[in-house]
Amino acid sequence: MLTIKNLHAQVEEKKILKGINLQVNAGEVHAIMGPNGSGKSSLASVLAGRQNFEVTEGSALLEDKDLLDLSPEDRAREGLFLAFQYPVEIPGVSNINFLKTALNEIRAYKGLQPLDARSFLALTRERQKLVEFDAQFTNRSLNEGFSGGEKKRNEIFQLAMLEPKLSILDETDSGLDIDALRIVSNGVNKLRSANNAFILITHYQRLLDYIVPDFVHVLYDGRIIRSGTKELALELEERGYDWLKEEVALQGQL
Amino acid sequence: MATQIAATLYNKLSEDFKHKRFSPEEAKDAVYALREKSFEQFAEKGFPSIKNEDWKYTNLVSFLKDDLQTEVLAHDYNEVSPATVKQYFIEGLDAHTLVLINGELNVSLSTFHGDGTVSIQAISSAVDTPDYLPYIGKEVDVKHNSLAALNSALFKDGLFIEVKANGVVDKPLHIIHLNCSASGIFLQPRHLVVVHKNAVLNIVETFANIHEESVVWLNSVTEVYVEENAQVNHYVLQSGQVNTRMVNHTEITQKKHSLYNNYTATLPGADLVRNNLNVNLVDNNTETHLFGLYMGAGHQLIDNHSTVDHRKPNCFSNEHYKGILAGNAKAVFNGKVFVRQEAQKTNAFQQNNNLLLSDKAVVDSKPQLEIFADDVKCSHGSTIGQFSKEALFYLQSRGISEASARGLLVQAFAFDVVNKFKLAPVREHIEKQITHNLEQWFK
Repeated sequence: MLTIKNLHAQVEEKKILKGINLQVNAGEVHAIMGPNGSGKSSLASVLAGRQNFEVTEGSALLEDKDLLDLSPEDRAREGLFLAFQYPVEIPGVSNINFLKTALNEIRAYKGLQPLDARSFLALTRERQKLVEFDAQFTNRSLNEGFSGGEKKRNEIFQLAMLEPKLSILDETDSGLDIDALRIVSNGVNKLRSANNAFILITHYQRLLDYIVPDFVHVLYDGRIIRSGTKELALELEERGYDWLKEEVALQGQL
Repeated sequence: MATQIAATLYNKLSEDFKHKRFSPEEAKDAVYALREKSFEQFAEKGFPSIKNEDWKYTNLVSFLKDDLQTEVLAHDYNEVSPATVKQYFIEGLDAHTLVLINGELNVSLSTFHGDGTVSIQAISSAVDTPDYLPYIGKEVDVKHNSLAALNSALFKDGLFIEVKANGVVDKPLHIIHLNCSASGIFLQPRHLVVVHKNAVLNIVETFANIHEESVVWLNSVTEVYVEENAQVNHYVLQSGQVNTRMVNHTEITQKKHSLYNNYTATLPGADLVRNNLNVNLVDNNTETHLFGLYMGAGHQLIDNHSTVDHRKPNCFSNEHYKGILAGNAKAVFNGKVFVRQEAQKTNAFQQNNNLLLSDKAVVDSKPQLEIFADDVKCSHGSTIGQFSKEALFYLQSRGISEASARGLLVQAFAFDVVNKFKLAPVREHIEKQITHNLEQWFK
């Protein structure tokens, strides 16, 4: 589904990603972990098309389309979704109007008619349940005055509404209390299917107890330095990252 | 007389005053004293120049160069039909329609001619009405407003609306100002609205030009007197084309326990819009809300000057103006709040926010507070900003095109002012106009 090859990116002159290779297949959940500043969120930003990142080398194919050639909106329309680490508050834009606009623009891109009001409402009601959202939230301004947990639940609600192929959850677990973490994770687990895939960016093993990944990758200094299964996350929880950093340093000397 | 801006027009207006209409022999014109006093002021000061602090950012020179007539012949506007008027209705607004053509009340096109609660007449025929003379020109400071002085000297016609004590006008009055002249015209309508004790009035004003290609210069003065415990909701929806220039002087006077709400929306089109909105709180316990939205593009100049004069204790005033500027548009906001020594326990708030959509758009924002009392709550603020890149990216990352995302963000910016427009059809009309203009801007 997603094939990243030798991806290099920089912000201004600072090299952030230094050759990422990653293959994510339909039906899989991948976790990306790593110390602060290793490039995890940058990878998410580069894939979603954030402006200040410049790709200098490599490719990122979503199915057969190179995401890097597309505008942020076209990446979303092709089926990419980024759940933001810090969702933006936009007073004056109602949650519901925003979602309707997004959904219908995606549908138009695919050559589909806009959803009529009744079907849209029915879909909204159904997907709200996934994140235990009530109508009150959907009628409010986008994220305005939402608590950290509510914002993250809203990200997953949007994900549920837009039905992307590949979702990247950028530290969705940060700032969540136990209940919110459970709600968000349940939502994601219900949305998992053989036709979509997830990348979870996280610092903590805790999230992976709820959403069990098929693969775990460690990102360090702009590269993936270790890949494994969910047991790798447990090992990291226990030992930290220093042993991996040392291995990288040793390899560098050889 | 020093160098005069727009000497040709100045001379023409002087001739008008001296010879044409208002000779002292015309004793019938009971406002002659006002006209004479006012003309002296205009003759001395002429059109305001940028040396005048109140006109520092708005240079009228280029707007006054055209050859303008000061009189329109009646056959010029016989063409206006009820069907023409109908296209300026506001969808869903259940209102009494009053039609003015070139500042003159057109009785046959108007659907309402007053009732037991409210009287509606041409100001030219109001001279004999008992409540005309005590009010006309009472609070307009002709000494410091030479354009208001010019209007006071030469106004020919306009509306005189009077709501009786305890009268609640059943529907809003929709005043459609139609300008209709095949050649350039300088019009000076004058309106007087008196709302007596405990009465309630809603007014919606809209503007349109029949001949879009010719220059229309409006120098209008509207006086509104809100008597004890009366309420007025005043909606002003300004639009126009290139060649439309309007200077709108609105003078509000509020008595005890009265409420005045002004909602001004200036939509793209006119070359020049200058609003002078002055509110005089001459009694205690009054409440005033001034909400404004202005949208400009091209080379438009939109200038909002307001004064709220707290003269007595325990009054509340709140002003919030928001501007959205694209292209080479320029906006000026100058909001003065005076709190006189006697006006203890005043609450006065003022806010101006601007969103610039281009590198060439300009805003001069100048909030001013002058407080002479010591027990008051006052605040003012001004912001000028651009699109939040993060918000734009967030919307785009959900599949929303850049153009729609910008549209949503502009609507969101305008929301907290537009949302204050209480009449739902008026609010929806403005929302539609905003959307329509954004589609033009971002396409």
